[in-house]
Order: sequence, then C-alpha cells, then structure tokens
Amino acid sequence: MFRRLPDGAQSLVTVTVDGRAVRVPAGEMAAGALYEAGLIACRTTPVKGKPRGPWCMMGVCFDCLVVIDGMPNRQACLTPVAEGMRIERQDGARTIAPMEIEA
Amino acid sequence: MTAPLAAAALKDRYQLAIVGAGPAGLAAATLAAEKGIDTVLFDEQPMPGGQIYRSVGKSPVRDRAILGEDYWKGGALVDAFQASRAAYVPNATVWQLAPDREIGVSVGGAARLVRADRVILATGAMERPMPIPGWTLPGVMTAGAGQILLKSMAMVPSGRIVIAGLGPLLYLIAWQYLRAGVKIDAILETTPRGNRWGAAAHLPAFLLSPYFAKGRKLLSEVRRRVRVVGMVEDIRADGGDKLQSVTWARGAERETIPADLLLLHQGVVPNVNLAMAAGCAHEWDAVQLCFNPVLDAFGESSIPGIAIAGDGAGIGGAESAAHRGRLAAIAAARALGAVDATTFGWEAPRHQGQLARTMRGRAFLDALFRPPHSFRVPTGDTVVCRCEEVTAADVVDAVAKGCPGPNQMKALLRSGMGPCQGRMCGLTVTETIAAARNRTPAEIGYYRLRAPVKPITLAELANLPASPEAVAAVVR
Repeated sequence: MFRRLPDGAQSLVTVTVDGRAVRVPAGEMAAGALYEAGLIACRTTPVKGKPRGPWCMMGVCFDCLVVIDGMPNRQACLTPVAEGMRIERQDGARTIAPMEIEA
Repeated sequence: MTAPLAAAALKDRYQLAIVGAGPAGLAAATLAAEKGIDTVLFDEQPMPGGQIYRSVGKSPVRDRAILGEDYWKGGALVDAFQASRAAYVPNATVWQLAPDREIGVSVGGAARLVRADRVILATGAMERPMPIPGWTLPGVMTAGAGQILLKSMAMVPSGRIVIAGLGPLLYLIAWQYLRAGVKIDAILETTPRGNRWGAAAHLPAFLLSPYFAKGRKLLSEVRRRVRVVGMVEDIRADGGDKLQSVTWARGAERETIPADLLLLHQGVVPNVNLAMAAGCAHEWDAVQLCFNPVLDAFGESSIPGIAIAGDGAGIGGAESAAHRGRLAAIAAARALGAVDATTFGWEAPRHQGQLARTMRGRAFLDALFRPPHSFRVPTGDTVVCRCEEVTAADVVDAVAKGCPGPNQMKALLRSGMGPCQGRMCGLTVTETIAAARNRTPAEIGYYRLRAPVKPITLAELANLPASPEAVAAVVR
C-alpha cells in the first residue's frame, strides 16, 4: 500500500513484523516497518474487535498500537526501530502478565 | 545547543521551559537563549521541526522539488536553534504541567519532574476529526499522515487513491504526490458554495498576503492533472477488513470509486490537551470552530508564567507560529529581567508587526475553508469516539435520555475515556451534543482534561527521583 521512493543509500536494520523479517532504515518509526511488511491493519479494537491501522502518524490518535519487543500498547508512529526489534499486531486490549511478588 | 539530554542529565530547574520543537518552540528557544536565559526545549520527536517541518534536517526525500520550498525553509529555524545555547531534550513526552510550572516529563522510559520560572507551550495543532461513515477502516487516514510518511520515510501510496475534504493541505499533499510520480484518482472537495460569500469580504487582504500567489500556483497545477469533484455533500468509505471503495454524493449525483487509500482532511485545530490539563482557560471560537486558549497580546495564558505560542495559540500557520514564539520569548525575557524595558519596547513591536503580516490573509482561509456542519456532526452508526467505538446515534440517544454534556457523556458512554484522551472525538462530541440540545458549543463546553495527558507507566511514576523529605513523609 505504501512504497518507498528511490532514495540514497540509508543504513538499514532488520526487524520482524509478525515474525517476518523486513529491512528498514535505521531510526525510522516502526509504522514504516508495518507498511514495508505490507500490513494495512496493525490491530483489532478492544471493544468490538474491529481492524484498525494508523490514522494520524503523529502520536495523537493511538490507532497504531502494536506490541513491540513484548510490550503492548506501543505507538508504532512514535517508536524508532532498532536492530532485532520484534513488532507484532495487537489483538483486542493489552494483557498484563501477573507480577511475581517475592515473599 | 548542548547534545540531546537524557532524563538523568536534566536539571531540577530552568528559567524557561518550552514544550514542542515546531516553528514556535524553535523560534522561542533560539531567541530566549540569545538573551542569556537558561532554556530547555522538550519535544516528543527524535529530531526538531514539529509536524510541519518534520524530519527537515534528515528527510530521506532526495528530490527537493517534491516537498516544495516552504518545507525546506524550516531548516533555517532548526539550524538557528542548534547553534543556540538552549538545552534540547528529544524523545521527551511531557505528561503533566502544573499551574506552578512543575513539568512531568518522560525521556527514554524515565520520568522526571522539572521546575521552570516560565513556560511556553508550543504543542501545535492536529487535524480536525472528519467523522464520515467508514472513517475507521484500515486504508483511511489523514492527509497529514500521508504527508508525514512522505517527509520522514520517503513513502508514497500505490494503488487507487482518493483525497477528500477541504483546506490548503489537501492541495499541498496532492501537489507533492504528483511531483513524486503518484497517480491520484480523485479529489473530493467538501467546500460548500456558500463559503465563497463569507470569504469574499476578506479577499482584499488575502490577495495582498503571501498565501495568495503560492496557493494559486499549487491549485492550478493540481487541477490540471487530477479529477476534482467540488461541493461534495456526502462521503462514505466502505470495505470489509479494509477500505475497498469511496462513495460520494452531491444533490442527486452519486458515484462509487474503488479505492485502496482515502486521505481525509478538513483543517487543523489546536492540540489542547496539555494546556487544558494545566488549567489554561479556553473559549469556543465560532469562526475557527474550535476551542482556542485565552491569551494576552504576548501569548500569556490565564495562568501567570505559562504562555502559549504557535498553532496551539490559534491556527495561524507556520510563519505566524515562529513570530508568536518570539513574542512569547521576549515577554518571558522581560519577566525574567533578561531584557530591560527599552529593549523590550523596541523589539516586541517588531515581532508583533511580523505576526500581523503573516496573519493577513488567514481570515480569508478560515472563511473559505470553514468545514460544513454535516462533516463536523455525523449521524447514525458513524463512529464518533474512535477509541471506545461510540457512535453518533449513541451520543444523540444519551442526550435524549438527559445527558447534558461531554463530561457526563464520558461516564455514560466512555467517549473521551480511551487512550487518545478525547483528541479525536472532543470537538465532534461537543458539537453533536450542542446540535442535539439546540445550544452553542460554547455553552456545552469541552471534556475536562487532566494529567497525565500522555500514557505513563506506574513503574516510571514509582521511580521518580524523590527528595529525602518526600521519602520521610511516607515511610513509617
């Protein structure tokens, strides 16, 4: 749906989107990796399970929520990629793993 | 400018704290630093420029002609800031501003509380919501989102593209896409015929303004190459899991266009959350159809020591934003004793004059591009609150059952209670309730907003550095 304009060589990093490896310019926002991987929707909503993709790309709409390196509710448009970053679609509301409380 | 600061490197106190590194914040920080004020600039993005000049220092777009010269002008503002002595904190999310000017900020997952003698909020604008049926489908986004993908990632859409709404950005993004070799299937303009009459009174000032020549050139180039449908009255987006088609209607005319991407835009409005949560008074502007902060001639808000500059002070465009930033900075400098009355006396009017020049012509744009009521107040199943998936019918139904305003609506329907904290639905909910109750938006009011205005984890709050007294106060 979105493709890159031919541009000068930028240093690329490898991230995974739902397990699939994609190469994206270092420092680019994770939302770019989603499009590079061909995704249009990045999550389903907590209330009615509807598919959503990024709307504003500037951090005010919170529709681009994805799981990044195991942490849910991360805004893909505000999170710069790093080598080895794991980006996954988020289905429904975030889950919080119960804490281990030491006695 | 010192190197970008991490949370641990922040001081406990600065003379002047500025939030937002768009044109207003950059201009304010540069001027303040020149006057010898100990200044810090916080910004959410990794690089300065805000949204309008996003990635200007490092845009991957190689062909300068694609983005147009206005964009590259932002580079001068960034360069001047980077040459200044202001402290710069990128990747910083300001989640709280208290009336006593204590700022809660999160940098790289670490929260800090920082005090300032004066604050300038330059958090800018965001696009007005455009709640048409199907606007929440994947494949539908704002024109600004398309432009950010272009500026900062050199990404352009492929497939069938429709652009809809009104306002200068509509034509700007179309122009930029054409220059990048992108084919646009249609532009659906929602500017009603009646707007021209309202705008006519402001035409002389517009003709003399910098906006006229630029706008005319852009418009004619785009209209030559793209199919434009004017005075569209109804638009809907349809599809299953993603956008498949866009249908428009005008009188008895109706057409369905297959589409992969729909870009929507109907102007920009101030991003009010931080200023409102701080307690700055705002009022409904019946011309610009949004809530603007109540400010004096130098941008000082209803809270002493807190000023607002840039589009957050009222939509005026990038060049006005820079002048507002400088005005707020020179006023802060005067208050801090960094400039004397004489210097202030001849510098301030200079910035006021520049601001008046760049504001000339805005009244025409405001009138011509006044978004029509039907696109501001949706009906039926159209989603109003994107986060909590509350529809227009839900809101109208709640009003019928006695719900008087947006804050009660929060409790009843959860509209405004999702992660975006009312940014995407606030104006729509206020205007929908106003229409249903036959009152003005000024009478209905807006969501009551509170810190944290951006998400912050409990762990970050728990790890806030605490003074020995603060610890002693709670430890038994």
